Amino acid sequence: MIEFIQVWIERFRSFFHKPELDRDFENEVSSHLEMAVEENLRQGMSPEEARRQALIGFGGVEQAKERHRDARGLPFLDSLLQDLRFTLRSLKRDRGFAIVAVLILGVGIGANTAVFSVVNTILLRPLPLANPQKLVWIAPPPTKCGFSCETYSADAFEDFRAQNHSFQDVAGYFAFSSDDNYRLTGRGQPVPATGIYVTRSFFQVLGVQPSLGRLFTPDDARKGSHPVTLLANAYWKRQFNADPAIVGKAIDLNRQPVTVVGVLPPSFDFGAVFSPGEKVDLFTPYILDDWRNDGNDLTMVGRLRPGVTLAQAQADVNLIMPELYWNRKNPNSKGQYKGTLTPLKTYVTGRLRSPLLMLWCAVGAILLIVCVNLSNLLLARAATRSKEFALRGALGAGRLRLLRQLLTESLVLSAAGALLGVAFAVAITSFVAHQGSIALPLLGSVRVDGTALGWTLLVAVAVAVLFGVVPGLKVSGGNLSDSLKDAGPGMSEGKKHERVRAALVISEVALACVLLVGAGLLLRSFLRVLDVDLGFEPDHSAAIKLDYDDGGSAARRNVIFRQIMNHVEAIPGVETAGIVDFLPLGHNRSWGPLQVKGKLYRQGEAPEPMVYVVTPGFFRAMGTRFVAGRDFSWDDGPKSQKVIIINQAAARALWPGKNAVGQMAVTAGSDRLVVGVVADVHETSVEGSPGWQVYYPSTQEAAEGAELVVRTRVPPDTLAPAVLRTLRQLNPNQPAAEFQPLQQIVDHAVSPRRFFMLLVTSFGLFGLILASLGIYGVISYSVTRRTQEIGVRMALGASPSNVQLMVIRSTLRLALAGICLGVLASLALTRLIGSLLFGITPADPMTFAATLIILSSVALAAGYLPARRAAKVNPMTALRAN
Amino acid sequence: MSKEKLDLLQGTLDLMVLRTLATLGPMHGYGLARRIEQVSGDQVLLNQGTIYASLVRLQQRGLITARWGTSEGGRRAKFYSITQRGTKRLAEETENWQRLSAVIDRVLALPQ
Repeated sequence: MIEFIQVWIERFRSFFHKPELDRDFENEVSSHLEMAVEENLRQGMSPEEARRQALIGFGGVEQAKERHRDARGLPFLDSLLQDLRFTLRSLKRDRGFAIVAVLILGVGIGANTAVFSVVNTILLRPLPLANPQKLVWIAPPPTKCGFSCETYSADAFEDFRAQNHSFQDVAGYFAFSSDDNYRLTGRGQPVPATGIYVTRSFFQVLGVQPSLGRLFTPDDARKGSHPVTLLANAYWKRQFNADPAIVGKAIDLNRQPVTVVGVLPPSFDFGAVFSPGEKVDLFTPYILDDWRNDGNDLTMVGRLRPGVTLAQAQADVNLIMPELYWNRKNPNSKGQYKGTLTPLKTYVTGRLRSPLLMLWCAVGAILLIVCVNLSNLLLARAATRSKEFALRGALGAGRLRLLRQLLTESLVLSAAGALLGVAFAVAITSFVAHQGSIALPLLGSVRVDGTALGWTLLVAVAVAVLFGVVPGLKVSGGNLSDSLKDAGPGMSEGKKHERVRAALVISEVALACVLLVGAGLLLRSFLRVLDVDLGFEPDHSAAIKLDYDDGGSAARRNVIFRQIMNHVEAIPGVETAGIVDFLPLGHNRSWGPLQVKGKLYRQGEAPEPMVYVVTPGFFRAMGTRFVAGRDFSWDDGPKSQKVIIINQAAARALWPGKNAVGQMAVTAGSDRLVVGVVADVHETSVEGSPGWQVYYPSTQEAAEGAELVVRTRVPPDTLAPAVLRTLRQLNPNQPAAEFQPLQQIVDHAVSPRRFFMLLVTSFGLFGLILASLGIYGVISYSVTRRTQEIGVRMALGASPSNVQLMVIRSTLRLALAGICLGVLASLALTRLIGSLLFGITPADPMTFAATLIILSSVALAAGYLPARRAAKVNPMTALRAN
Repeated sequence: MSKEKLDLLQGTLDLMVLRTLATLGPMHGYGLARRIEQVSGDQVLLNQGTIYASLVRLQQRGLITARWGTSEGGRRAKFYSITQRGTKRLAEETENWQRLSAVIDRVLALPQ
């Protein structure tokens, strides 16, 4: 073994000291020959004979040198270097080809590396938590009533945690925290921060270790204990300049001193896992005793005991859930819970599986197009080089040696492409990772890591082999004497060559067609989504989170609201203002069923609508249409008739065929008069259909927080400073919260769709460019090759336009063949992305027609240039040329 | 070169070189080649040049060493000598060779 290593060390040394060792060996050989000559002379030979015999005895000086080098050095590396040198020389000679090839490869490989990094981060890699495969999301099966039906009450949580046998521990977080729900004060102007209540053992269950200080203890979660908080790493760095002595210090949150007990590690990003596209700054303990009468507000995530399977845990959950109380003080509140277990990873990224796989396939198709394109370019080169290779073959280079030479060439190209591609991918991924507004989980941690580099290497090698092998076989194979004789134009070999290239171009067009159809379908879906009537007008409307101090008095709160609205409406450019506690497409909640008064319901029969507490004027500020009835007024006081406004969906279902206005409903524990019916608002998603909604006046029910919605005549962001100034005048504690255009909220909601659509569309465009390049290359080459023939035709009377038409016809033949194939393939493939489309079918005729038109016009354009060149052929020059 | 000469088996040249160096002490390449030709009674097909590949191989494996010196004729030449490890290896290889050759002899001696 030692000897083996020694030999290899020696071999490497020899490899790098070639000139010295060669000189040394030459000396040795000449001394050898001189001694042999001397001995021969002694035996009485003539000097010439003595020299001749010495050389015969030695047997080939050059061969001996070669063998010596092979024995002592690294012959494989030697020939590789030789090939590399040769490749670089020949690429330098053909600089244009090399640059185009590397650029194409760079974009193709780069796109693949970037998409792989995204797929790897979101889909393939486990969640960035300890033993994430043991983590399970526990939630009721999905319903229409939003977060309130997807969560559990404090009592239910506590009992489930105690009674189950499947989980090491169960934790949860409060599902109704809204953005910027805290104000950090005591450091100049109040700064908004987003905090979330988590149950005591939340971080222990996830397996997150603090990077400073400690996690929450049972004492922290006891009623009346001193308030404490854990800071997210990014917030600690941003807001507290990464103060290493922060632990133990008190910070002022909502005018209350709260002690920082620890800082979470940078690897833990709550938003990235549980609420994509949002940032969470700090965590406070969820104190069960404070929330016992609040209803459903906790999510649940559990860590399975070792050896317990998901199915066993599910059986356990099925037994326990029906026994849980919504509120233990109310014996009738038992039996309304169910629980479905989903691996946390599936909960977080499951619905992204098909779009990501689609993206992966699209980028793979791009790679195929790149390969076909390069094959084509190399074939064109091979046509001009076949004589060179034939000559090398004739001089004794073996077929394998030639093939190796050609593969070295394609490897060099693809390696250069891969380098460029990695740079490109790093740029893309870091751009994507910083798009905080895209609501995709884990997107912030996307980067080109070791795995992605490994993938790139694999792709680069596969690509090199794929695009190098066809031209390689073509060049290195074949009959030597034929190639040496082949004069090119008009010869059969040349024609066969062209057929291969035509087949390549057709497949390229077909692939581009599939990509374009896919991109078109996604684009059309996206446009359809943007066209959805949201039930409100996001244009010229913006919202800001309000801070107010009502001292717990409902009357005082409404005075404040009214005052704020009056002052804001007085700002020039503001049309109207209103206040709501939850904005659509964000958080939401429900207060139990909405029923027709006097009708008997079985338990669970009446749906639970989303609940919003609003001020008069809110609907105008939102741009929500009234279908019937009136808006709330400030006169709907706490002592007058309790009133509600419901949406159309609820009105139609509760009082079918009748006017809902004036009807009595029972909800939130009392009888309410329906005074108005408004359009359905897309409250949870742009794409889903809206459920029931019920609006309560802020004068009769308590709002949970307040969002001021302002409708403006000018672009909303221009009013942001004025609005904030006005709010500060009324309440110096108003933090510098974001004045968020409603359009931004809508954009956020459709951002995943936009993300996928943009990527696939850019792939489609790249494919289109490559396909047109391919068509141009083939047609242009065939025009060059047929110059003589064209000359003859023109000499025989063909007009330039005849010739032009002929070339364009052959272009269209290629393009149409490709398009036909592509359309057939698309029809088969688009059915697979049916679930990703919105408002159109996978066989959308518009998309297919548009693709057909785009592809054939691009093909026409690509064929037009060579066609013009053909028409300008001078018959005399062409005929004289050969 | 006549057809009756023997082709050398892979590795046998190495063995011959080691044996010759062990017996005759330091020698240059030409001397080695001539010596082997003589001992084999010109039975072996040997391009003298091939011996150098064998020498560099043995040298890299640390079985022989080489240094430039002056021959008896006053000519500069590279002299090879066997190392301790080379001597040990020679003994092992000799034994291997003898065993192998004995086995082959026995097999070939089987009645037809």
